[in-house]
Amino acid sequence: MEGLWEYRWLLLQGTGVTLLLGLCGLALALAIGLVCAAAKIGGTPVVKRLAGYYTTFVRSVPDLCMMLLLYFGGQTLLNKLGAATGWWDYIEINSLAAGVITIGFIFGAYMTESFRGAYGSIPKGQLEAAMAIGMTSRQLFRRITFPQLMGYALPSIGVNWMVLLKTTALVSVVGLKDLVFFGVSAGRSTRDPFTFLIAILVIYLILTALSDVALRAIEARYTRGRRIGA
Amino acid sequence: MTLAAFFSGFMAWITEFSSKSSPVDFVLILSHWDIFLIGIKNTVLLVLVGLSFGAVIALPMAIARWKRVPFLAKAIGVFVYVFRGSPMLVQAYVFYYGLAQFEAVRNSFLWPVLREPWWCAAIAFAINSAAYQVEIFRGGLDSVPRGEIEATAAIGMSQGSALRHVILPSALRRCLPMIANESIFLLHGSAIASMLTITDVLGAGRKLNAQYYLAYEGFLAATVIYMALVFIITRILGWVERRTLKHLALQSMTTREQTQMI
Repeated sequence: MEGLWEYRWLLLQGTGVTLLLGLCGLALALAIGLVCAAAKIGGTPVVKRLAGYYTTFVRSVPDLCMMLLLYFGGQTLLNKLGAATGWWDYIEINSLAAGVITIGFIFGAYMTESFRGAYGSIPKGQLEAAMAIGMTSRQLFRRITFPQLMGYALPSIGVNWMVLLKTTALVSVVGLKDLVFFGVSAGRSTRDPFTFLIAILVIYLILTALSDVALRAIEARYTRGRRIGA
Repeated sequence: MTLAAFFSGFMAWITEFSSKSSPVDFVLILSHWDIFLIGIKNTVLLVLVGLSFGAVIALPMAIARWKRVPFLAKAIGVFVYVFRGSPMLVQAYVFYYGLAQFEAVRNSFLWPVLREPWWCAAIAFAINSAAYQVEIFRGGLDSVPRGEIEATAAIGMSQGSALRHVILPSALRRCLPMIANESIFLLHGSAIASMLTITDVLGAGRKLNAQYYLAYEGFLAATVIYMALVFIITRILGWVERRTLKHLALQSMTTREQTQMI
């Protein structure tokens, strides 16, 4: 137990890295999700099909497998490309960047489905009314679709965030010095892995509990315009 | 004869393709099909053990939670929260690295089991899956129409036989779509086994990479195998669902409700 106190700053630092990774990954996933949902709803047939391939592919491959493939494969591909074109020298992808990109890529697919489902819940009459009074498609998106989209998508974005947060643990495998990495190494050097692993578990539980509270608050904000029972 | 001819033709084509234009050495991957076969066996077995043991643990807990048994229901709620709220990687580490440090565990009769990474992974998967399945089963039990339950009382069935003959068959069938989701979810999670030195599909890919100093070929092969596994599982479960849920037609849960469960 006293080992835990000795390593408290390291664990705190790891928690920070985990949160940073999670939040950056979330931002990227939301961006990808929004673009792909738009592609799936209003794209040309080819674009629609491409977005469909992307979501199907991501949902059928384990996150750990995808992470290793993107981290090692992506790096080799990038360097081969650099060598072939001469545009850049050898680069080594930073493990945080790799983690953010992988998590964004994986959860972008899940977010796509969240946004697409939410778009379906917006009453069609509103879209028709907006078009009838002559709004351009950009105005329609900015004033009608987007504000409501967030409200309808939030519950499922929240679920995705919880899964995403737990997935960040896997990035320790490619060497990112996050909570799991520090916890496991500290456990090894103090010969007390059990205590440290339980500590990691508890920290994750605290993070998910805090997210739960935050999500509820955000959801209340975004859905305040909606009639109860409507 | 034609099959053999096709096969040798395919091999000739892929050998030429690999050596000339492709960045991936397909021949190397194909010539190590035996490691991947072991990997598939381990992955499939781990998922099956995890799912079935998980179901066995989860069912009584779901019934206790559904009946709102005092204290027990709360305790099960905590169990569900802990195992759904933390990463499965860390849970597997606790079983594999964490428990081994205690003298008491190493001397106990369980040690021959807990010493094996395979069983540690299986236990972690079973308990993790159980936490998810408790909520799935409870959802199914909650969705059994009140009338069905009242009808069993009206014709004088005992509580036990009502549960066995009416409520559980009705509830479990309704859970099928979400059990299908959970199977895919556990299959994805099972890649963690490769972190406990087990040769599952991903572990086979890592082995291949380590043996030939490859960067990604093994992972690529593993990715393709996982996609095939997911495809097969969804097909089988879809068929089972269509057969058993015929009478519910459109009433079954929507995809949106399913995704919220994960």
